[in-house]
Amino acid sequence: MVSVFRLPHWLNTFNVGLVMVVILLGLALLAPLLSPFDPNLQNIQDRLLAPDAQHWFGTDRFGRDLFSRVLYGARPTLILVSLVVILTVPIGLIVGICAGYFGGWTERGLMRMTDIVMSLPSLVIALALVSILGPGLMNGALALAFTSWPSFARQARTETLSIRRSDYLSAAKMQGITGWRLIVGHILPLVLPSAIVRAALNLGGIILAAAGLGFLGMGIQPPTAEWGSMVSSGSRVIFDQWWVAAVPGFAILFASLAFNLLGDGLRDKMDPRHDK
Amino acid sequence: MDHLARFISLLGYSVPVFWLGLLGLLLFYATLHWSAGPGRLDDIYTYTMTQHSGFVLLDAIRSGDPEILKNAIAHLWLPVAVLALLSMASITRLLRAVMLEESNKEYVILAQAKGASRLRIILVHIFPNVLGTLITILALSYASLLEGAVLTETVFAWPGLGRYLTSALFASDISAILGATLLIGTCFILLNAFADALTKWVDPRTR
Repeated sequence: MVSVFRLPHWLNTFNVGLVMVVILLGLALLAPLLSPFDPNLQNIQDRLLAPDAQHWFGTDRFGRDLFSRVLYGARPTLILVSLVVILTVPIGLIVGICAGYFGGWTERGLMRMTDIVMSLPSLVIALALVSILGPGLMNGALALAFTSWPSFARQARTETLSIRRSDYLSAAKMQGITGWRLIVGHILPLVLPSAIVRAALNLGGIILAAAGLGFLGMGIQPPTAEWGSMVSSGSRVIFDQWWVAAVPGFAILFASLAFNLLGDGLRDKMDPRHDK
Repeated sequence: MDHLARFISLLGYSVPVFWLGLLGLLLFYATLHWSAGPGRLDDIYTYTMTQHSGFVLLDAIRSGDPEILKNAIAHLWLPVAVLALLSMASITRLLRAVMLEESNKEYVILAQAKGASRLRIILVHIFPNVLGTLITILALSYASLLEGAVLTETVFAWPGLGRYLTSALFASDISAILGATLLIGTCFILLNAFADALTKWVDPRTR
């Protein structure tokens, strides 16, 4: 498609996404240095202040500085997201590669299981799981991981199937490489790149789901600063002090957009078909 | 055009739906007064209108009072628009990828070489080929609407299944949670099965 205006070459989704993710990571790491106030310090006299020179984003209903809280709120979100990735990518890869490599009943069993989990509504199941396990960072990560591994398994299976009959695998087998060494040393490296792209693409959705859990009061518990629960507490004063809900919500949008852009850009880079 | 569509759909895909709902309420209800507040009807109508079917719109039409109907629609349009934006974004994203893949195939190039117009290529040549995928995408987005409704109903105080589920969550009412989850899950699975059947019917390649 010919665009009327041409964007500069360096301004592609990957670079923008990368810069946004780096900013996000930097802000989360340097939160103690950058934030002007203690995020949990209550100051009832200064409650619900409008944004000004001292409190850049205003204050919430306990007089806590919103700028500091938004900075600190990046931490639980990023920790939760990394936990989900650490849990889902290996599980999905193992299930998918085993299904694709062994075939037969192993494949049928594993893929039916994957299909079943994939056909579940992820946010609703996560909510139900969290309500049974109890709210918190680890349980939220577990609940979100439970519903997000199947997409990795499906992709890994398709890719394993496509290389199962390839010559280089036969050569490796003739050299006497079998079993786990074959899977880890010769199949995994070819399946891993697309799994990383998929992880980046999924991260945006996971951030939204995590924020949704927080918004419903099922995520990380107060007083820890978490964006979803901050929007939720700001929603009580939305008509009078709109910034209390708007600022953390914008942070969620920024984080989710950053990972979606990065994932899109990575996919465009890996896949020549999307290069047009 | 592509950049703009991509940007908007990416934005819609990344925005937290509960936040969008809150901002929508702030802008259209509190500031502009284009929409009514949370809930299905204003309080005066909620208690005066006779309930026949339980569907507010149908009851409003049946009551014969245009004011009630107007009020019901004023309550309805904002949550609908928020949810619609959400599913529109994901449909746009997925369909764009499919169209890109399809439009690089040889039969499209042949049609272009024969001088078929762009509209004709899209409608007559590409559309039948992506129809199967489109059905899957639509089923998926309807399913994601069921999920999005959980958060949207909480923001808009809409007395639906999603709100029932979240209020059960706060009360730790496990059987209500399991019931609602089961119902949504069943809808999800039935919808996917229906989409699969429909795809088989319209797309001979999948038979």
